[in-house]
Amino acid sequence: MAGSNKIKITPPRWLLAELTYKCPLQCPYCSNPLDYNQHSNEISTEDWKRVLSEARKMGAVQLGFSGGEPLTRSDLPELVEHARELGYYSNLITSGYGLTEEKILQLKEAGLDHIQVSIQASSQDLNDHIAGTESFHSKKEVARLVKKHGYPMVLCVVIHRENIHQMPEILAMAEELGADYLELANTQYYGWAHANRDLLMPTKEQYEKAEKIAQDFKEKVADKMKIYYVIPDFHESRPKACMNGWGTTFLTIAPDGVALPCHSARELPDLNCPNVNDYSIAEIWNESKAFNFFRGTEWMKEPCVSCDEKDKDFGGCRCQAYLLTGDMYATDPVCSKSPDNNVIQEAIASARASALSNDEKPLIFRNSKNY
Amino acid sequence: MSINPEEKIQFSPMHRLQWEEAQQKDVILYPEGMVELNQSSAEILKMCDGSRALDKIVSDLEEKFSTTGLKNDIIAFLDVALKNGWIKQN
Ligand code: SF4
Ligand code: SF4
Repeated sequence: MAGSNKIKITPPRWLLAELTYKCPLQCPYCSNPLDYNQHSNEISTEDWKRVLSEARKMGAVQLGFSGGEPLTRSDLPELVEHARELGYYSNLITSGYGLTEEKILQLKEAGLDHIQVSIQASSQDLNDHIAGTESFHSKKEVARLVKKHGYPMVLCVVIHRENIHQMPEILAMAEELGADYLELANTQYYGWAHANRDLLMPTKEQYEKAEKIAQDFKEKVADKMKIYYVIPDFHESRPKACMNGWGTTFLTIAPDGVALPCHSARELPDLNCPNVNDYSIAEIWNESKAFNFFRGTEWMKEPCVSCDEKDKDFGGCRCQAYLLTGDMYATDPVCSKSPDNNVIQEAIASARASALSNDEKPLIFRNSKNY
Repeated sequence: MSINPEEKIQFSPMHRLQWEEAQQKDVILYPEGMVELNQSSAEILKMCDGSRALDKIVSDLEEKFSTTGLKNDIIAFLDVALKNGWIKQN
């Protein structure tokens, strides 16, 4: 079996609390599982408080409240307050939908440190189309209010073929709204994004053009805005160092209490990811099969085993390997040394063909009826 | 951008400086990130509470650690801190 008890286990630093899968939006690139509706039971306020306390005790310090839309949980202010008391640095990752000024103030008082608002595009039409919900103006208003009330404002835009041509306008919008941080997240193809890949993946030329524009802008605004650029790994020759290494840094808790080494790990077979209802966070992190499964490098196959870069990228992403090759132990096919690299080249070609054809299929929106 | 010796220095309201028990270190927290500090950097940043300008920070630290000649190191670090947005001057 994979995993080994000789490996030194480092404590978690980041806790991602996916409070709910409920969301008023329907983004076709949503990273929630396709069958999210089958995991609709949610753990209680008391359970979340215990999770936060236990993870903090082990060393977690960065905390993300996400989902779904975390604002749909009415106990959010109570959880934020608990997090503040414990000394977390907490981040609300929201679509901004339904976030009123009153709520922004209430959360500030409870001790929330910053708010990340996602906007789908720089124009109303496209934003509302992608979100599947009319939301553009309210999102911009929320971004302004976040700023007004002294939070560091983090704007997040997920980039894909439908909006990549708006890069200059997206950057201008971020500047106009006074974003302190701008996350330009090239779509990662898991969950709903995987299902919509042919329609979402930009061509290499589009990526290169957009990246150049973003890089130039980054230099221009360096002293007032920090830009995080999430690279489109399909066009790279090496995979990303996924999760900074399995079970080294990140702990995700799904709405139903399942603990995941990465937020897509639910899709992997036979991991039996543990639930916080049954185990403490320390047991989950240190002893569970799931968290030990891909720790270290012993689980690897060739070409990773004998590769001198294995401590740099850990063989890439396990979920991507599984999704694209059917084998979760395989080298991430993004790697040019992977014997399966052709699946990436085929995916790129297939998306390009779809982009050029004039009868594209419609996007599948994230919606329980669409699965 | 470098430190203006005349003006008081304040820790950024957009960041948080905090002692981490699990790491036995002071850290700076900000959106999506964390910087671990060594002891001397942490001591300098704790002096940046908006009540002191450069010379006072130097003299207070020299007094606290019963030493002299810290000025250049402190300036070098404060310039880095300013560039990273950890501290600010009005
Ligand atoms: S990606 Fe869109 S649909 Fe998915 S949780 Fe976020 S806002 Fe909701
Ligand atoms: S072969 Fe494996 S370890 Fe080597 S670069 Fe590729 S993914 Fe990384």
